[in-house]
Order: sequence, then structure tokens, then C-alpha cells
Amino acid sequence: MPDTATEAPVLADYAIEVRSKNAGPFWVTMELFMRDAAGYAIAADEELVNEALISELYAVPAETVRIFRLPALNVVKISFPRPVSQAGLRDRDVHAGQHHVPLACVRVPARHLPAGAKDDEGDGRA
Amino acid sequence: MPSSTDAAAERCGILVPSGMLGAGFDPATVARGLTLGPDVIAVDGGSTDSGPYYLGTGTAKTTAAAVARDLRILLRAAAEAGIPLVVGSCGTSGTDSGVDWVAGIVREVMAEEGLDLRIATVYSEQEASFLKEQLDAGRIHPLPPAGPLTASTLEDCAHIVGMMGHEPFAEAIAAGAQVVLAGRATDTAVAAAVPLMRGMPAGPTWHAAKIVECGGQCTTNPRTGGVFATIDHGGFTIEPLDPDTACTPISVAAHMLYETVDPYRMREPAGTLDVSDATYEALDERRVRVEGSRFEPAAQHTIKLEGARVTGYETVSFTGVRDPYIAANIDRWAELLRTVLVERVAQTLGLTEDDYAFDIRLYGHNAILENLDPDGRPPREVGVMLVVNASDQRTATAVAKVANPLMLHLPLPEMAYLPSFAFPASPAETERGAAYAFTLNHVVDVDSPTGLFRTAHDWTATRA
Repeated sequence: MPDTATEAPVLADYAIEVRSKNAGPFWVTMELFMRDAAGYAIAADEELVNEALISELYAVPAETVRIFRLPALNVVKISFPRPVSQAGLRDRDVHAGQHHVPLACVRVPARHLPAGAKDDEGDGRA
Repeated sequence: MPSSTDAAAERCGILVPSGMLGAGFDPATVARGLTLGPDVIAVDGGSTDSGPYYLGTGTAKTTAAAVARDLRILLRAAAEAGIPLVVGSCGTSGTDSGVDWVAGIVREVMAEEGLDLRIATVYSEQEASFLKEQLDAGRIHPLPPAGPLTASTLEDCAHIVGMMGHEPFAEAIAAGAQVVLAGRATDTAVAAAVPLMRGMPAGPTWHAAKIVECGGQCTTNPRTGGVFATIDHGGFTIEPLDPDTACTPISVAAHMLYETVDPYRMREPAGTLDVSDATYEALDERRVRVEGSRFEPAAQHTIKLEGARVTGYETVSFTGVRDPYIAANIDRWAELLRTVLVERVAQTLGLTEDDYAFDIRLYGHNAILENLDPDGRPPREVGVMLVVNASDQRTATAVAKVANPLMLHLPLPEMAYLPSFAFPASPAETERGAAYAFTLNHVVDVDSPTGLFRTAHDWTATRA
């Protein structure tokens, strides 16, 4: 579970695991393994987790992002081309194993929270 | 040994001891696997996951002692059961040197164990000159996100390998090999070869092969080692080799997500595995039945290429900042280090930024995610890693040596004292040697699935 900078709920709070990894030398892939159907409904919300959000979180072109929503597994999977050459001078994560954190820290908007829970209805970033 | 051309087989068992040769496993799990009636022991020997260095240098990520330890158990098991042992992507990257390295270990272990198994080695390295002809003939195509290939990119590669499918394995086994040691192969080809030879359907075979390729990764406890898949004409069944671990429908289905871009469709040289309609059903508490997997043969057989080239030579230096004031202003300090280093390198070495490149990574602050990090809280201590890349090692080290006094003493402009930072080692500079990059993400059209690969049978010269 990643550190969360605020007390507001984030995607990781509803997940068994959020992970990232290389998918071959040229792609990164991430998975949100949600705890249950309710958690899946949050992660699979196309208004929340979409190509534009991933583009903003990872500074990659939105049109290169691929998102797969798998209700049978309560999983949302996201793939995009590796923005930095693997093991190159600017690569700080050779296996792309720690790049899930910005995704895990995405704030869950108020519409997915029980009435009365506080949230600032921000841009989704914690 | 079972007949390799028995197309009437009703089932075919694959024993996968672990996700990687040299990763280690409990010998008891292999002994248990033998009681389940395997037709082949299959294990992967490589990956691109750890970067282009291994392909660039033709060296292995694993150590010989660990590979020998695993092989000793597997060679004995294969001999005892009279079934083939198949290893793919030998020596991490599947270069010819990687195949020879594993073959050398196999021969040593066999001599020590008094085993006499027929070894086939299958080589996958490609000549740039041959590939340039293919490029000119329009037979090489990029995979996303790569662009078109140029001849000079091929010439720049230190090594190029082609990823074989199951066919070279099948050919070697059909010719009598009991141990097949292959160069670069798809992760799945290793496990798929024998089931396909036995006439098992392609959909379940390739799907099972994908599920077993990482060993215990598809179980509820990936650390316990291997798995056993039984393929038949209706689908496949999978279970862990460790009796205290389970495969569940979720753990098996979830493995299609692991290190894949697309969890439904996976291209192999001969076609595409499609698991969109696959069903996963628990047979009991530790076995899962999978049905409904399909394989669509491709109109054109293609071989994926991997290449690595030298991008320069690297030197690293590392110091620690605990000074609370500098830690609180660490981004500004790093920016100052960057600016002053460029100036000093120009003054002392006469080099411009075209002559070298460097990266400053702030461990404890944002070294991993840099400006993508959602947490910008001030750090308590920061490890400052300098990485310099230049066209030769001497220049890279010279730049790092110029950085040394700055990494020891650089104050922020408003500071009235000269800080001294914490070097963890002396000398401060560590030469990393050549740095590499993967340069190819392309496929080549082939007329024959075995045409790009060369097989040597080492028993033909000495035995009948």
C-alpha cells in the first residue's frame, strides 16, 4: 500500500494491490486489483480513470494509452509505451516496478463515497 | 521416452519447475511433478525484463552455480522419467554465447551425474547483413511504438536475436534430442512444443503455455516454485507442484495480465492466442480447469527481433545529504549542482553538453518518479546519485571527478558556511562500463518457422 499524502480516500484504499511492470522492453503495464465489485466500480468509472488521467499522471500522450476493464476479475489494466528508454541514462525504474504509485494515489471523487464523506471533488489527483 | 509423433495422445502433461532457470525451487516439488505423469519438463532461461545489458554483452543475469544447481535436479528428473528437458532463452538474452554457456553447464553436470542424454542446441542470433536484405525486401515491420527501421540501426547492434516459436524445439525433439537448449524463444514456446507435437489443440496449448511461463506466479503463493499443466482435447487443467499452494480461477485468470500489454490477445510467431471467451473453473481447492481458449493461425509467420547497442560508457557517484536546510531546498540545490557542474566541466575539461550527458537522481526525495511523484513532502535525508554517460569511459569518469568537490561541498548561494556531505565510499566514482539500449521492436516475415535458427545435435558426431 503506497503512502497517501492526504486522508481523503484514494484508489489504493479500495484495492488488494496496485502494481506496475514492464510488458516487454517498450511498454509499461499497470493493474488495479480491486477488492470487490464496489471497488471495481470506482476504478472502472470512465469519468475517473481514463486516457486523459493517465496522460496527466505519467506525461504520456493520451492516444497511446490502452485501458482494459475486466469485471470478472475486478481489475482495471492500463498499458502505455515506456516514456523513457529501459536502463537508459534517464531511466530510474528498469523494471517499471514502482510506477503504480501516482495511479494508486488518485483521489476517489465524492460521488463514489458514502454521503457525508469529505472530498474536494478535485481533479482526481491526491 | 514417449513417441514424439503420437498424434493420438489423449493428454499431455507439462512440468514447469519455476519461472526462471537458476531461480531455485524445492526438489520435492519436482519429485511430486514426476508422479503426475509429465511428457516434458520445460523451463525458461531468460527475459528482457532486467534490461538490454544482457543482450548487449551476451552474458547471463543468473549465476552459473544457481543454473547448475537447478539443472542437476532437472536433468536427473528428465532421465528418470524418460522425457525431454526443454530450456528457452538460454543465458538470459538467448545469444549464441548464452546457449553455449548453458550447454557447458549441462555437459559438466551430466558428466558429474553419470547421465548420457542427447543434447540439441538451437541458436537464434541473426546477422545484420542478412536482416538488411530482408529490410530491403520489405519483410521487416515495426511493432508499436517503434517506427520504421534503418540499415544503420541494424549495423549498430552488438547482438540481434530472433524469438523462435515452438517449431525448432519440436524439430529437435523429433530428431531425438532429450535436452533442448535454445536461444531466444517466446516464453510460451518452451512449454507449447511437446503438447503441439502430441496433437493437442493449439488454443488450450498456447493458453496453458502462457499460464505456466512464470511458474508459480499463477498460484496463490508464487514463492513456492512450479506448476503442472495437463492439456487435453477440451482444454487444460493446472495445479501447483507444492501441495500447500493453490491455483484458483482468479489466480490463473489474473496471470494473463502479468507483463502483457493486452490481457486477451497474444501474438506468437505462428498466430494469435485469444482468451476472450476462456472460462476458469475450480475443480477442487487447488486445481483449475480452463476451456474456451482459441488460437488464430496467422496468414504470415513472423519472427520478432531483439537488438541492443552501446549508448556510451557510464560512471556513477553517490553522496548523502542530511543537512536539514539543504534537504528542505533539495530541488533548488540539485538545480544549482547541475548548473555549476556544466560550467566546471567546460572550464576544466573543455567539454560542452554535446560531449557528455548526466542525470542527478535524488533518492529519498523523488529519484524514482521525479516530477510525476504525487507526494512532494520535504525529505529528511537524500541520496544524490550522479550518472554520467560519455562516448568513452575516461570522459565519463573525468566529468564525475569534476562533480566530486561539488557533491562534497556545494552550498546554496544564501548559505554562510560550506557544508560537507556524506560519501558512502571511497573512491567516490564507480565505473559501470558500457551502457546499452534496446533498439529493435520489429518483426521479420519468414517462409519457414525454423529458417532463422540453427540446430546442432551434439550426439551425431560421437554416437549412432
